[in-house]
Amino acid sequence: MDFTFTPEQEELREQAQVFLAEHATPTWRELADLGWTGVSVPEELGGAGLGFLEEAILFEETGRALLHAPLFSTIALVLPALPDDLKAEVASGDASWTIALGPLVPDLDTAQRVAFVGGDGIYELDGFEREVLQTMDETRPLGVVVGGEAGRRLGDSELLPEIRRRSLVALALEACGVGRRALEHAVDHASVREQFGRPIGVYQAVSHPLASSYAELELARSAALWAAWCVAVDDGNASISSASAKALAGDAAVTACERSIQTLGGIGFTWEHVLHRLYKRALGIQAWEASGAQLRAEVAAHLLDGPIDDKEA
Amino acid sequence: MDLHDRKEEAAFRAELRSWLRENLPEELRGHRGGAARFEGLAPREWSRKLHEAGYAGLTWPAEYGGGGRSPTYQAIFLEELSRTEAPPHVGVIGLGMAGPTIIAHGTEEQKLRYLEKILSAEEIWCQGFSEPGAGSDLAGVRTSALLNGDRFVVDGQKVWSSFAHIADCCLLLARSDPASTRHEGLTYLIVDMHAPGVEVRPLRQITGEAEFNEIFFESAEIPAASVLGKIGGGWQVAMTTLLHERGTLGFALQAQLEVSVHRLVELARDRGATPLQRDAIAREWIELQALRYTNYRSLAQLERTGIPGPEGSIAKLVWSEANQRLTKLALELLGRDAPLAGDNAPYAGWWQHQQLRSRGNTIEAGTSEILRNIVAERILGLPRSR
Repeated sequence: MDFTFTPEQEELREQAQVFLAEHATPTWRELADLGWTGVSVPEELGGAGLGFLEEAILFEETGRALLHAPLFSTIALVLPALPDDLKAEVASGDASWTIALGPLVPDLDTAQRVAFVGGDGIYELDGFEREVLQTMDETRPLGVVVGGEAGRRLGDSELLPEIRRRSLVALALEACGVGRRALEHAVDHASVREQFGRPIGVYQAVSHPLASSYAELELARSAALWAAWCVAVDDGNASISSASAKALAGDAAVTACERSIQTLGGIGFTWEHVLHRLYKRALGIQAWEASGAQLRAEVAAHLLDGPIDDKEA
Repeated sequence: MDLHDRKEEAAFRAELRSWLRENLPEELRGHRGGAARFEGLAPREWSRKLHEAGYAGLTWPAEYGGGGRSPTYQAIFLEELSRTEAPPHVGVIGLGMAGPTIIAHGTEEQKLRYLEKILSAEEIWCQGFSEPGAGSDLAGVRTSALLNGDRFVVDGQKVWSSFAHIADCCLLLARSDPASTRHEGLTYLIVDMHAPGVEVRPLRQITGEAEFNEIFFESAEIPAASVLGKIGGGWQVAMTTLLHERGTLGFALQAQLEVSVHRLVELARDRGATPLQRDAIAREWIELQALRYTNYRSLAQLERTGIPGPEGSIAKLVWSEANQRLTKLALELLGRDAPLAGDNAPYAGWWQHQQLRSRGNTIEAGTSEILRNIVAERILGLPRSR
């Protein structure tokens, strides 16, 4: 049992933190030059030949930074379905993707190409029009595709459960990054803002909700990293852990943002402060694919309706 | 990152499993905690067996009868113990607090005198920290221990002391300098509970059982050699004890919670659950997994750096509130049978007992209020509230 990251993985996290602190809206090419688009693409195709754990690190950091680029849709959603030549294009930065898994398509404003599910296959969509919709979270707009026809067959629709697991874990980790950043804003504010002659952080009515945010976000992070590992090694618990992680992390991030908005008072309620953007990303994550309650219904079915076996993951 | 057991860990786990299968008496399986942890001879007998098989004090130095292993093995031990619903070692305070404090601050003589007897359950320990006027604010301790020649004379009262009525030894925090206040002038003593002038009165609690006690000291004479650490340095030693209590407790708590969640799932399968109850059950199962991997994260840092990761400090806070929620949920699933108790209740009153006992979880070993202060001030770095 070893629940630590390797020095190389820690380095990747540091690289991401440093880069994202200075580049709020990098181009796809810049992300490719960093090696992020090809993290899990085999070396012979121009990638780094790493795996989902490294991608998970990137999702936590890009979530925190509210990255406005199609990294989630390309890497978490479409990459597993792409044939080798198209994987190479992703690694080199020549292509970014999203997929229409339902009517609302994420990252449609920035993704170059679009896939869709038809029958037993996943295909590229050709000759369509895109309509980007007004979305609460301006850093990840949803859109709809209009018209179009099936182009190249990319992969098998049997990949969809894996794509779902990847998306749930990726968003769970994004949520951890979002929530943590919101908490840090509240801690910073409560440490310097004075009322009644003392910094407001000394009042337990202020500090205890923030301690609860910390506890909830750490639990969520543990669940998300567990799920990331399960997906990375294709463990038997990959489905249940990814559903659990997104349920826990989505809710934890939303609650952490709400507490932080409350802590910052009027400032937290302004358009100018970043908190509302974090909050909207958290809400978007919560709503993606299945809500916390829907995911918990899946977990409950696993625990209560299936055959009796060792349910302790 | 590899969440599978290493080869040696897997071998240890397999060996432990088969040992438990062969050695756990059926009547001890599925114990309900509380006073059942120490009533009768069976728990001591069981503890002695654990020690003889090398499973007590897995992380303690081998020269004092311990296993000399890394904390991971202790984690595996606690996990497997809970999966077979075996009772813990009876020496809860001795193993969790007294032993680690003696290992850190004791003289060689004290180590040889006390450690092995903790492991073999030959001697049971209790803790004399809280007083009527000093609970969360431990620095308010007033029990006095005045040095007179080669003996301390102890006077005062301790309270909420679990196991004191069966204990042989007590970890006592007392004021050795009558002119001192707060954190100064405190001394940490090992007290013989059988000495004249030491009286124990059990306190009946919400469950009807007596797990904790008042201890009265009336001119009790304690040899000067019973000091742990330095005279006047008791606060620092006490912090070691509390740090240990909070630092390594996580896996024991998770193990208990695992048993409860497992039983909750069985209960719901037996008696059915509404959609809202199903949601709540899933929530508790998910939180248990999250707590488990939080403990693993903290453990990984402990193995690597010698200091547990900060996230481990939420374990007790999270566990206590989870245990309160899930035991209440279990009573809800019992429906109209919920008000029954003891043998009249389904499952011999297991859930009623758990639910009532759980109210102590957010009070004992650091209230949730104090634990949130610790997270706020020491982890998040918020300004101190006092």
